[in-house]
Amino acid sequence: MQIDLTVNGKQTFIDVEPRLLLVHALRDSLNLTGTHVGCDTSSCGACTVLLDGVSVKSCTVFAVQASGHEVTTIEGIGTADSLHPMQEAFWTAHGLQCGYCTTGMIVSAVDLLKRNPDPSDDEIRAGLEGNLCRCTGYENIVKAVRAAGAAMRAGDPRHSVNELMPIHPPTVEPPPSGEAIIPQQLQEAKV
Amino acid sequence: MIPAAFDYVRASSVDDALRLLAEHGDDAKLLAGGHSLIPMMKLRLAAPAVLIDIAGIPQLDGIAASGGRVTIGALTKHAALAASDDLRKHAPALWDAANDLGDPQVRNRGTIGGASAHGDPSADYPAVLQALDATFTLAGKGGTREIRAAEFFLGMFETALGANELLTRIAFDAAPNSAYVKFHHPASHYAVVGAAVVLTLSGGTIAAARVAITGIGDAAFRAGGVESALQGVNPNDAVAVKAATAGAARGVQARADTFASASYRAAMADVFAARAVAKAASAR
Ligand SMILES: Cc1cc2nc3c(=O)[nH]c(=O)nc-3n(C[C@H](O)[C@H](O)[C@H](O)COP(=O)(O)OP(=O)(O)OC[C@H]3O[C@@H](n4cnc5c(N)ncnc54)[C@H](O)[C@@H]3O)c2cc1C
Ligand code: FES
Ligand code: FES
Repeated sequence: MQIDLTVNGKQTFIDVEPRLLLVHALRDSLNLTGTHVGCDTSSCGACTVLLDGVSVKSCTVFAVQASGHEVTTIEGIGTADSLHPMQEAFWTAHGLQCGYCTTGMIVSAVDLLKRNPDPSDDEIRAGLEGNLCRCTGYENIVKAVRAAGAAMRAGDPRHSVNELMPIHPPTVEPPPSGEAIIPQQLQEAKV
Repeated sequence: MIPAAFDYVRASSVDDALRLLAEHGDDAKLLAGGHSLIPMMKLRLAAPAVLIDIAGIPQLDGIAASGGRVTIGALTKHAALAASDDLRKHAPALWDAANDLGDPQVRNRGTIGGASAHGDPSADYPAVLQALDATFTLAGKGGTREIRAAEFFLGMFETALGANELLTRIAFDAAPNSAYVKFHHPASHYAVVGAAVVLTLSGGTIAAARVAITGIGDAAFRAGGVESALQGVNPNDAVAVKAATAGAARGVQARADTFASASYRAAMADVFAARAVAKAASAR
């Protein structure tokens, strides 16, 4: 059946079987692969998106249920050129390792800060209870959310994140001998 | 995991949902938040031929508190209950349960009606709604009927809902001295054991108590023995409360699984009932 989804602000009409899960509609029909499938059993939160502005597990929603509603995926939160303060903070605070949980984690964290702009560490942990991470041990995720909150409250997102962060983004020192070339940009690596 | 194929229809009103139920008969299932039904369909433990989505029915969503009575529409989401100041004031037991149910994403989708109709033996609301002595309104072809919580939860995934009935609302008297505490499963967050208590206090002692326990047996139950033993007890007297709540699961066949044995569950029923009494007494 035909459904009408507004995804990241853009209205789209797609033809789906009623049993198609929202996460598969996003990934396979709309090619928005930032939303991941982790457990496929409603537990891990890797598939988290915003549905009408609130966080939901898109592996536990049929695409037909979302027809006529608004979906925001990680692609709608920020772009590589213009990261959302939460994305910036996850990067700067090392809030990720393998990155599998990260997109869902960021979407949940954005939802959390909308409801509670200045959460305590306990409130951050409770707010992210629906998102599991197998790598980080959560410590730096909490730090990232705290930093993003401070940045967003301060106004100018990018600058304040860096200023408030105790940890600096990784820098690559050139090797002393000059034997190895360490590209600083993707473009350099390609030539 | 891909569920079996089905047809999907949206109901625009209660009457429309009842008409669709009558039309599709036993092959149809109502879909509210989908947070019990969809996981079951993905595991193919359920394979309805038709899903009737009731989530958009406007009259069934909301919380109203007036004149000492609280009425909640069946489609009210866990998150709305958890954020309700009215509920925190007038029925802290239900507010506690909503706040400690699942995780934020689950609370953003699941509904109180779905959680009740599903009849899960480890669900939270069946205990809370029995302690609140709530009344369920069920709409069917021949009109509506009302049924008390104690007669609604019949067994494992079994309720008094008829095949062609829809739960429309849940109502109860305000219970400011009430509380729900649970020992939640660390992964699923469902209740390994949960205890709900509603107290009527008079001059520092318990004049009347309603106590209900979930997670132990095939369905949540009222602990009648504990209720009478609590009468006249000072809720701040931990020794007296402990004595009164002993044997909370007496007469109930406790379940065992890889997480908790039957005897452990029964022992925890006593502990959590006592904690809920103390918390209910200090509510308000
Ligand atoms: C990861 C996870 C964790 C969870 N943790 C907990 C927890 O800690 N405690 C807890 O209690 N629950 C928990 N749940 C279950 C959750 O509360 C569900 O929301 C609830 O059990 C079902 O509500 P729903 O609105 O999603 O119903 P659905 O899944 O849509 O429906 C469930 C059943 O009820 C029927 N139904 C729904 N609405 C009505 C109605 N108005 N009238 C008649 N029949 C109806 C449906 O036909 C279906 O058979 C959890 C679920 C998940 C996925
Ligand atoms: S993939 Fe949806 S919760 Fe894990
Ligand atoms: S960073 Fe690997 S699962 Fe979270």
